[in-house]
Amino acid sequence: MNINLTIIGQLLAFSIFVWFTMLYVWPPLSNALETRRKRIADGLAAAERGQNEQRLAEERAKEVIKEAKQQASEIVAAAQRRANEVVEESRTTAREEGERIKEAAHADIEQEMNRAREELRKKLAGLVVQGAEQILAKEIDAKAHGTLLKDLAERL
Amino acid sequence: MASENALPTMEEHIAHHLSNLTFGLHPENGLGFAMTSTEAAEMGFWAIHIDSMLWSIGLGLLFLLTFRAAAKRATADVPGGWQNFVEWIMDFVDENVRGSFKHKNDMVAPLALTIFVWVFLLNLMDLVPVDLIPHLFYLAGVPYMKIVPTTDVNVTVGLALGVFILILYYSLKIKGPVGFIKELTGIPFQTSITVLKPVFWVINFVLETINLIAKPVSLALRLFGNLYAAEMIFILIGVMYSAGLVLGLVGGVLHVGWAIFHILVVPLQAFIFMVLTVVYIDMAYSEEH
Repeated sequence: MNINLTIIGQLLAFSIFVWFTMLYVWPPLSNALETRRKRIADGLAAAERGQNEQRLAEERAKEVIKEAKQQASEIVAAAQRRANEVVEESRTTAREEGERIKEAAHADIEQEMNRAREELRKKLAGLVVQGAEQILAKEIDAKAHGTLLKDLAERL
Repeated sequence: MASENALPTMEEHIAHHLSNLTFGLHPENGLGFAMTSTEAAEMGFWAIHIDSMLWSIGLGLLFLLTFRAAAKRATADVPGGWQNFVEWIMDFVDENVRGSFKHKNDMVAPLALTIFVWVFLLNLMDLVPVDLIPHLFYLAGVPYMKIVPTTDVNVTVGLALGVFILILYYSLKIKGPVGFIKELTGIPFQTSITVLKPVFWVINFVLETINLIAKPVSLALRLFGNLYAAEMIFILIGVMYSAGLVLGLVGGVLHVGWAIFHILVVPLQAFIFMVLTVVYIDMAYSEEH
């Protein structure tokens, strides 16, 4: 176990090795590690941001859907209201139309009745005149009493 | 060499395993490799352990080049297999550095990485069967070959010395010479009596200096002690293989057990060295302990 120059040799070798490691081995690897660490961190941050955005988009989508649903139900309600109105309107129209038709029919009937009554009166007047003629026979001159008879017939 | 023909005795075998391949200037034989451990000792300080240096530098280069390859092709996109592995180690080291070192310094993390991986690789050589590579070298005419550099106290002291220099450097840089001296003399004992102050300074200085020097010494000796002891056990188990069938089988079982235990010890010692280094530099940064 001799202490000798080997100590100095070893010390020199050690110094050179440390110097070399410090200059050429550690920094490139350390930089690579640091860059990768940063890249991963960025990636994670981006992922988080993406997730956040997705959440926001989902919320937004929900809102839009809600709005659309509301609009749809409003439209449906309006349509229903309108349909009811239309039904009501047509019902009114139909009722009016029916009323009118009924009135027209009534008028027709009245007219017909009047005509029939007129005819009956005329026929009755004729019959009365005929009867009177037959009763009175010669006593009545058609020509002389024509005006009187006509007036009578008209009043019947 | 005791004998060319006879098998070496157990003591020789063990001693052989514990000797480094030493190159230096021998007072009598001149410049060359030490052929015996006595020769190596006689060379004194101005000799170098060729095996420790080659294996540690070789493994260090293996670490640097493979990691540099990953660094060159480093990409922030999906990493390849090797880059992934390197990043895994880096993350592990970085996490530990962040845990113990709270200041801003671009050198501590690379330093910790270098220490961890390099010491790990040096320790890992302990799992290579003890006789294999030395024997191959022996056949090639190389007298000694210790392949686990961290079982050489010079290697661990060299590493700890590097850390110690950094501790001193940062202590002086952050606190300034005055602050550093104040730290060495001002704690742990304090007094309000003016006359006694210099006495306390001296006592504090002695204590704090021991405290300071204990850091690299403990770093170096912990790593060395663990690996040296481990290597020793492996060598002893290796000796059992040549002591008959029964002992050989027992040795085999022990070998496997010890090796499995070492899967724990090898990274653990590298980790401890790294963490303590980071903690010591953090202490150099801090104003007060």
